[in-house]
Amino acid sequence: MTAKEANPSQPGGKSRTEDTAALLRELVAHLRQNRTQLREEWARRITQAKLLTAMTEEEVFAEATSVYDNYVEALETGTFEALQAYSRNLSERIIPRGVETHEVVGIVLLLRDTMARSLFGKYHEDFEKLNRILDAYEPAANRIANTVAVGFVQERERIIRQQQEAIRELSTPVLQVRERLLILPIIGVIDPQRARQLTEQLLRAIRANRAKVVVIDITGVAAMDSNVANHLVQTVEAARLLGATVIVTGLSPEIAQTLVTIGVDLSEMATVGDLQGGIEEAERLLGYKVVPLAEGQPA
Amino acid sequence: MPDNNSSVPIRSDVDIVSARQKGRELAAECGFEIGDQTVIAAAISEIARNILMYAKRGEIRFRGLADGDRQGMVVVAEDQGPGIRDVSLALQDGFSTSGGLGLGLPGAKRLMDEFEVVSEVGRGTTITMKKWIRRGHA
Amino acid sequence: MEVPILKQGDYLIASIQSALTDADLSQLREALVERVGRFRSRGVIVDVTALDVMDSFAVRTLRDIAHMARLRGAETVIVGIQPEVAFAMVQLGLTLKGIATALDLEEGLNFLNRRGKERVDRA
Ligand SMILES: Nc1ncnc2c1ncn2[C@@H]1O[C@H](COP(=O)(O)OP(=O)(O)O)[C@@H](O)[C@H]1O
Ligand SMILES: [Mg+2]
Repeated sequence: MTAKEANPSQPGGKSRTEDTAALLRELVAHLRQNRTQLREEWARRITQAKLLTAMTEEEVFAEATSVYDNYVEALETGTFEALQAYSRNLSERIIPRGVETHEVVGIVLLLRDTMARSLFGKYHEDFEKLNRILDAYEPAANRIANTVAVGFVQERERIIRQQQEAIRELSTPVLQVRERLLILPIIGVIDPQRARQLTEQLLRAIRANRAKVVVIDITGVAAMDSNVANHLVQTVEAARLLGATVIVTGLSPEIAQTLVTIGVDLSEMATVGDLQGGIEEAERLLGYKVVPLAEGQPA
Repeated sequence: MPDNNSSVPIRSDVDIVSARQKGRELAAECGFEIGDQTVIAAAISEIARNILMYAKRGEIRFRGLADGDRQGMVVVAEDQGPGIRDVSLALQDGFSTSGGLGLGLPGAKRLMDEFEVVSEVGRGTTITMKKWIRRGHA
Repeated sequence: MEVPILKQGDYLIASIQSALTDADLSQLREALVERVGRFRSRGVIVDVTALDVMDSFAVRTLRDIAHMARLRGAETVIVGIQPEVAFAMVQLGLTLKGIATALDLEEGLNFLNRRGKERVDRA
C-alpha cells in the first residue's frame, strides 16, 4: 500500500545529483561498517535520555537494530516504503504500551545525531568533504525522521479513533423500557458521524425489538448545529418508515429554534417536555393501540 | 482491495436493476458494510434511471478505489444524451423537467461523498461519484 | 416479475418477492388500483421486505398507489421497509408522508383492523 509521504521525489526535494549519490554511497558504507558500535551507542543514548521507558532494554535494542537497518536502507535507496511500513508496524506494537509521540521523534533524532557525530569523527580532517557529506545526509535524515514520526502519529490517530468508536457504542444505549417501547437518551456532543451511528443503531433496534414507539431524549445534548438537527429529522422520518412513532423529549429552546431555522415544522414532530412525559405519552399510544387488537383478528 | 472493474450498459429498465445489483456486489467486495452498500445502490439507481429517461442509453462503470490508507468506490455514469442546461439548477431538490420528484441528482449527491457532474448541451452528461469507507470501521 | 396480489377479506396484500423494474412497479400500481375498485377493498398492504433498495421511482409509485387507493376508499400500509433502506431513503429526501407504515405484515393487518374498528365506532 502506498501512502501519501511515499512520493517519488528525492530527499529534500532536490534531485539527486551524481555527486550526492556518490556521497550517500560512501556514507552508507561507513554506517554499515560501524553498525555494531553505532547501534550500541544509540541504544545507550536512548536509555540515558529516558526514552522508551515502557520497554525493556533488550526490546529497545532489538527495535534499535531494525530501525537502524531500515534507516540505512532508506538512505541507500532513497525510497521510504520499507521504513514506513516498519514504523507503522513498530507503532502498532508500542502504542498500546503507552509510548508517546515525543519519544518516537526523540529516538529518531538521537539516531540522526549519533550518525552525524560519527561522520564528524571520520571526516573532521577534511572540512570541505565533511560539509558535502552533511549536505547530502541532512535532507535524507530529515525526511526519514519525518516519515517515522508521521507513521507513528497516523497509527496513534487510528487507534484513538477505534477507541472512540468503542466508547460511542457503549455511551449510546438503546433501552427497551417495556415491550415495544424504546428509549434513546442522547448525551453529550453530537457530530455528524455519531449522529449517523445513532440512527443506524436505533433503526436496527426498532426491527430487532419490534418497537412501535421510540422516545428520543435530547435533554443531555448541549448544542446542535443545523447539520445534526437535519440528521435528527432524518432519524425521526426513517424510524417512521419502519412503522415506529418517534417522540422527542428535552428539546431546549435553542435547539427548537435551530430546527425551525432549518425549516422543520415542529407541529409535525411529536415533542414532549421531559422524558417522563414522553414515556407517559408513549404508553398512552401503545395502550390506546393495544386495546382493539384483542378483537377482530383477520381469519 | 478488489481491482474489480465492471460496466453495465443502460438501455432499458432491466439494466437499472442490474446496475444497482452489480454496484452493490462490488461495494460489498470493497468492504462497505450493508448500510453503505444500500446507499451506493440507491445512488446508482437514480443516475441510471436518469440516463434511461433523459438520454435513452448510456453506461455505468464502477471500480474500487485506494488512495493512501483510504478505500472506496467510484461510479461513473456516462451518456451522449441531450445534456443538462443548468447543472446547479438540476442539483436543487425538487427541480425536474419531467414532472419527477426532482430528488435523483441532489439525493445521489447527498448519499455519496464526492459528486461531480460534467454536462454539455447536445453532447451528453458524465457523472462521477465516490464513496469512501468510513474510518474507524476499517 | 409480476407481484402476486392476495385478496384476504376486505384487504389486498401485494408481497413483492424480488427486485422490481420500473415496468413491474407500474404494473403493480395498475393491478392494485383495478382490484381495489373491483373488490371494493378497504385496505391495501404492500410488503416491501424483499426490496434491498428504494429509489425515487419506487417511492413515487407507492405514493401513487396510496393516493389512488384512497380515492377509491381504501387505506394503504407499506410494510417491511428494512433499516438500511429507510436510512438511504431519508438521505435521498424520500418520505412517505401521509401514508401508513408498519414493521411487517402482521403489524400492517393490525393497523388496518384498528382503522376499521375506529371507523365503525365513529359511525
Ligand atoms: N443524464 C441526464 N441527461 C440529461 N438531463 C438530465 C440527466 N440527468 C438529469 N437530468 C436533468 O436534471 C433534472 C433533475 O434530475 P433528477 O434530480 O434526477 O430529478 P428527476 O429525474 O425526478 O427530474 C432532470 O429533470 C433532467 O432535466
Ligand atoms: Mg431522476
